[in-house]
Amino acid sequence: MLMPDFDFLFFAEVLVGGLLAGVMYSLVAIGFVLIYKTSHVLNFAQGSMVLLAALTFVSLLERGVPFWASLLLSLAVMVLLGLAVERTVLRPLVNKPPITLFMATLGLSYVIEGVAQLVWGTQVHGLDLGIDDKPFEVAGILISKFDLVAAGIAAAMVALLTGFFRYTRIGLAFRAAADDQLAAFAVGLRLPRIWAATWVAAGVVSLVAGLLWGARLGVQFSLSFVVLKALPVLVLGGFDSILGAIVGGLLIGAGEKLSEVYIGPFFGGGIESWFAYVIALMFLLVRPAGLFGRKLVEKA
Amino acid sequence: MTSTSALSLKRAPAGATAETSEFGRKELRTFPEAASSEPLRLESITLAFGGVTALKDINLAVAPGEIRAIIGPNGAGKSSLLNVISGIYRPQHGLVWIDQQKFARVPTQKLARLGIARTFQNLALFKGLSVLENVVIGRAAVRHANFVEQIVGLGRARREQADAQRRAEEIIDFLDLRAVRNRWAGTLPYGLQKRVELARALVARPKILLLDEPMAGMTATEKQEMTRFVRAAREEFGTTVILIEHDIGIVMGLSDRVAVLDHGRKIADGPPAEVQANQAVIDAYIGVPHDDEPEDAYA
Amino acid sequence: MMNPNASRFPAWLGPVALLAVAYGVLPIVGSSYLFEAILTPFLALSLAAVGLNLLTGYAGQVSLGSAAFMAVGAFAAYNFNLRLPGLPLLMSLVLAGFVATALGVVFGLPSLRLRGFYLAVSTLAAQFFVQWALTKFSWFSNNNPSGVIDAPSLSIFGLSFDSSIGRYLFALTIVVVLAWLAQRLVNTQTGHNFIAVRDNELAAKVIGVPVLRTKLLAFAISSFVIGVAGALWAFAYLRTVEPAGFNLDRSFQVVFIIIIGGLASIRGAFFGAALLVVFPLILSRLGSFLLGDHFDSGVLDMTQHIVLGALIIFFLIAEPDGLVALWDRLKKRLLPIPNNP
Repeated sequence: MLMPDFDFLFFAEVLVGGLLAGVMYSLVAIGFVLIYKTSHVLNFAQGSMVLLAALTFVSLLERGVPFWASLLLSLAVMVLLGLAVERTVLRPLVNKPPITLFMATLGLSYVIEGVAQLVWGTQVHGLDLGIDDKPFEVAGILISKFDLVAAGIAAAMVALLTGFFRYTRIGLAFRAAADDQLAAFAVGLRLPRIWAATWVAAGVVSLVAGLLWGARLGVQFSLSFVVLKALPVLVLGGFDSILGAIVGGLLIGAGEKLSEVYIGPFFGGGIESWFAYVIALMFLLVRPAGLFGRKLVEKA
Repeated sequence: MTSTSALSLKRAPAGATAETSEFGRKELRTFPEAASSEPLRLESITLAFGGVTALKDINLAVAPGEIRAIIGPNGAGKSSLLNVISGIYRPQHGLVWIDQQKFARVPTQKLARLGIARTFQNLALFKGLSVLENVVIGRAAVRHANFVEQIVGLGRARREQADAQRRAEEIIDFLDLRAVRNRWAGTLPYGLQKRVELARALVARPKILLLDEPMAGMTATEKQEMTRFVRAAREEFGTTVILIEHDIGIVMGLSDRVAVLDHGRKIADGPPAEVQANQAVIDAYIGVPHDDEPEDAYA
Repeated sequence: MMNPNASRFPAWLGPVALLAVAYGVLPIVGSSYLFEAILTPFLALSLAAVGLNLLTGYAGQVSLGSAAFMAVGAFAAYNFNLRLPGLPLLMSLVLAGFVATALGVVFGLPSLRLRGFYLAVSTLAAQFFVQWALTKFSWFSNNNPSGVIDAPSLSIFGLSFDSSIGRYLFALTIVVVLAWLAQRLVNTQTGHNFIAVRDNELAAKVIGVPVLRTKLLAFAISSFVIGVAGALWAFAYLRTVEPAGFNLDRSFQVVFIIIIGGLASIRGAFFGAALLVVFPLILSRLGSFLLGDHFDSGVLDMTQHIVLGALIIFFLIAEPDGLVALWDRLKKRLLPIPNNP
């Protein structure tokens, strides 16, 4: 029950915590957006890619490989994965309806998860990135240092990617390929290269997300479930907008935490598992293309 | 494959009963008594999206039983016009009058009940159904039995199915589609698919038929056949036809009146010969820009 | 549905032969392992796949939340049976189906505005919400502290179906009846309306197919069937009723079944379910044969995952019409067709 003197500090703390958690969601959502922006595929396998990236990194680390070498090797693995996926799964399905591709990525997620755990094992690994998770106080609110660092990394990534898409020639090519494949092809853009590049980029994003999430939750199978949190974010922000991924992530993160604290008690708690979806759903009914997504005009 | 049998409902198709021919004759009888009011009228229709004005203040009257062509250079707004009539787009301004009823936006779901049927530029057949099933489903608007009745298959459901099937077979004969009636609609050659779409539209016995480039992508022979079918539809069923077409030869031969659109405006309207000689029309096709239009109006 | 090729056998021969084997031969020669571990789960999953196929294969509405509806069916059947003494078991099943239907319509409402991925995501809402609700509110589990409840004994008209053969026959009959009705449905105008809405919603709307009603009907009927399938899964196969088995993995499993078996095909549901039930068993036998001690349950799990995922991708690329298409092609080659007129 809301008390007569509403605890604003507590509210602010929950809010900030939620926003920062939301940033983590955005990190994963950005990977989706990258792929969707250029090949119109909703990559359900993104979660399993996060898992693979994190597992590879942490397993190498545990075997004594130095930090930066592990990082580079994991990166290489993700790059190779991206290229392989584009060649074996995407290219044969290039003209099929998007839902078919989505199903294919569903199958792909099973394959990647299976391979990741077959190779590296199914135990839980702790991951220490050297970032202290000591909470510190700002204006009476407790903020986690880790969350802040994650937010910073996410912001940097967004800035980089946005800049890339807008100001570089390759970025322009990506957007052209997303806009009109046939025209892009006609103009001479090498589509398979572009798709491969996007999957590689998504792999890189997965690595970053995997490291941060892994440090927070531990590297384990349930990491692949972050994809399930990213979906409402995408729905809210639109599937093809990086800005939307950020804003959507913030909204979902904040909404989730706030609802858990303030509404949850009425339901006996635990509503975090589905509340994000309900928020997204409510939203979709008003704006079927998300906040920033491009409105699809139904053509006759 | 001659078409003498296909063109006339008076000679009943094989296996039909006397009921059929009576039914056919009944349809013909209503034609001369067609309502004196216009079945369709567009009043000051203006349509814009995303900063582009697709239609500017269009007025169009359609007389009962006439074949009305809409022509114009690419991007002139012709398809948008059909989309406004079928309620797919909502005009910013203006009204659509259908048989004395006026609409700010035509309710697409009720289109069939309003007596309007249409074909689409990019083919809108149901690939998962056969030709026959595609035509039968053209009667969807008058099927009222619910799914339980349909599963049981008796009474109202059975009558409706038998009726729909019979009418579909008639139209299939009418349009010479007998040979392919059991094929999956998606496996047919392009020209035949267009004919199936026409069949699906006609089976509903629409008062108004909207054809969006029905001859696009067809060979000369196919075009001739299609022309014959459109004319026959008007003759047999008294259907008013509005068609968008690029082939000027076809348009001149087939239509009673022609409306010409350019950059969203109607620049001519009248019998084919008159329109053909109109200077504004000639200019539009050659691409002479008019004063009030920006150079990149085609964007 | 469409059979332009006449074969020298009448169309009803296949199904009748199958039924004869299912009812007459198997109960005599089958072992209880066959019934308990293979046939009964196969039947329940097939029915769920039939339900999902109606919605996704025929009507084109993607749903990733089938397991939620299975769960609703199972729990509703349990509660009706428990709290309304004297209610015949079959009635409990039917009522459970209706409860699933009601939920299906509610969660199907978004389909009126959403398509494709967006719709798929919204069906996940059903999945997570239902799982949470069934776990959170112990009323559903009759306040049982462990949350796991025993399924009631199966008795119809005084006859007990509690043996492994009995449960098999119980499931078999229900599945046969519902699958037959579903097959009839897809050949009616309503069934064709489903296909029309899937193939070109706008054109369907224009010709007068009641699109909104058709979509909701698809959700309603599909949910009913899936709900009953869930009840069967719990009552006839697992013999317990718990939320855990109705998780996202189960939803994906049903989706995989219809993709592998063949979308828009009632038969396909059975083909797909057969593969999905039998293949892990074969895999585990093969694995322990080839790899001996190295092959533990973890490795089995992962391998299953990989093979399943690979199969999905394979089918989507090479045979998008699924096993039924492969089967039909095989039949055409093996059974020569008399000359067509």
